[in-house]
Amino acid sequence: MSAVLDNFDVFVSGFWLTLQLCLLSAIGALLVGTVMAIFRISPVPPLRAVGTSYVTVFRNIPLTIVFFFAAFGLPALGSNANFLRIPGLDQLFTRLGIDLPYFRFAIIALSLYTGAFVCEALRSGINAVPAGQAEAARAIGLTFTQNLRYVVLPQAWKAAIVPLGSVIIAMIKNSALAGFFGVIGDLSNSGYSLITVQGEPTIPIMIGISVGFLIMTVPLGILLDRVEKRRAVAR
Amino acid sequence: MSQQTTLYDAPGPRAKRITLISSVIAVAVILAVAYFLVYGPLDERGEFAMEKWGPLIDPSNENFTLLWQRIWQGFKATLIGAALAVVGSLFFGTLLAVARVQLKALGRRRYIGVNPGLAAVLRVLTRGLDWLSRIFVEVFRGLPVVITIVFVWLGLPALGVDLGNLLWYLVIGLILYNTVVIAEILRSGMEGLPAGQREAADAIGLSSGQTIRMILLPQAFRIMLPALISQLVVVLKDTSLGFIIGYEEILRVTTQVVQILDNQIQMYVVVGAIYILINYGLSKLASYAQKRLARGRKTRALPVEAEAPAAVAADA
Repeated sequence: MSAVLDNFDVFVSGFWLTLQLCLLSAIGALLVGTVMAIFRISPVPPLRAVGTSYVTVFRNIPLTIVFFFAAFGLPALGSNANFLRIPGLDQLFTRLGIDLPYFRFAIIALSLYTGAFVCEALRSGINAVPAGQAEAARAIGLTFTQNLRYVVLPQAWKAAIVPLGSVIIAMIKNSALAGFFGVIGDLSNSGYSLITVQGEPTIPIMIGISVGFLIMTVPLGILLDRVEKRRAVAR
Repeated sequence: MSQQTTLYDAPGPRAKRITLISSVIAVAVILAVAYFLVYGPLDERGEFAMEKWGPLIDPSNENFTLLWQRIWQGFKATLIGAALAVVGSLFFGTLLAVARVQLKALGRRRYIGVNPGLAAVLRVLTRGLDWLSRIFVEVFRGLPVVITIVFVWLGLPALGVDLGNLLWYLVIGLILYNTVVIAEILRSGMEGLPAGQREAADAIGLSSGQTIRMILLPQAFRIMLPALISQLVVVLKDTSLGFIIGYEEILRVTTQVVQILDNQIQMYVVVGAIYILINYGLSKLASYAQKRLARGRKTRALPVEAEAPAAVAADA
């Protein structure tokens, strides 16, 4: 285990970078997913088509290919994802502002991929609201926005929170791929290079990486189980 | 779909006009974005040139046959890996689910007429195994699949186990993760069954092993079939991680082809499209299975809630 203790600072900084990546991608995924969910329930057919095809594509394609597209496709489109260099935010998350674009590419890939699952979680939440609720709201004369704001969304939120949580957990696990696509110094990349470049013993280092990920995923999972149980009782 | 009809009133002439106008605007915006942000830059780089697409779509191209042979080889490797992983994880997942349900049943058991010392030992043993299985599930459910695969790939040789073919490292890594997921799907299926099923089985004198084998497991498989099929999609997608350890599946093949033909975007579009086709078919199959099951259960007032699959299926 001394290999882990000797490189403890590497693990801590890797953990920190992975956490940043997850946080930013989660925000991105929630934004993209919400917009797409709005598209999918909107009365405008072309927008619905956009939402549906987005979900179909990103739910059925391996994340690996999404990463390839972010790493090769975006430069081909002439973009270095510079729009993510948000002033202020790049002070807090310094990796956002550097010239090497791979951290930003990873955020884009993870956000787009996870966004599809967020969209589906939100939509299934809205679909879980009994039709009578929206009908009753319309019957007493609420407008469309009032209907959403006071009747549908509060109930949809309750049904969507658990699926959303498992989507975010899946995203945290998926973020491990970033280390194999050019992001330097995140948990998986720094652990991997400790083994392959510096020749540290494999098993202790891999256990170290695993512990890093489990610290993020297991408590979230337990929290989610709690919420689910409480909801089950409340019904 | 039902929501779309209940969220809005039936549109009147004004609403229809508004919808039409916003549809036109939306199409215009989408086309503009597609043209200026996607088509323009790609065309400028000559990504639509025949020399890049030719090997993929032009049968008279010198590389066409060879390239598609390579792609087929790659996909065959992907499918073999996925199939092995699915069979393995279904097998071990069922075992693990049965073991966990069985351990829970044993935990409730009171050892009447058994030597108290032996009973205490048995009780501690069940408790310990229950905890062990729970930790196993939590660990492998919480680990990224990439890490599990790389762990197996680097770890087994470090322990002196050499499997020879890279395929097996990938398959073992996938099995470790998916065993746990499938076990959880089946377990929640078994525990979600109405309590009367187990009670009736007890009443007619089945042992707890028989109850699981003859009563609970078949129903759990039936109820959870959609979730199990969605898990197939996840396995198929995760097989693409084999490229990280160097297994020659479709993505590895693609990276090799790209180095020679220099048509990255075209290759990945085609490979992505094939993936989407297969997985879309699988998810259609899952929703078809769900519909069939819903139809078959109409006689009952309250069908068993299939809520767990939504949460598990999202687990990509």
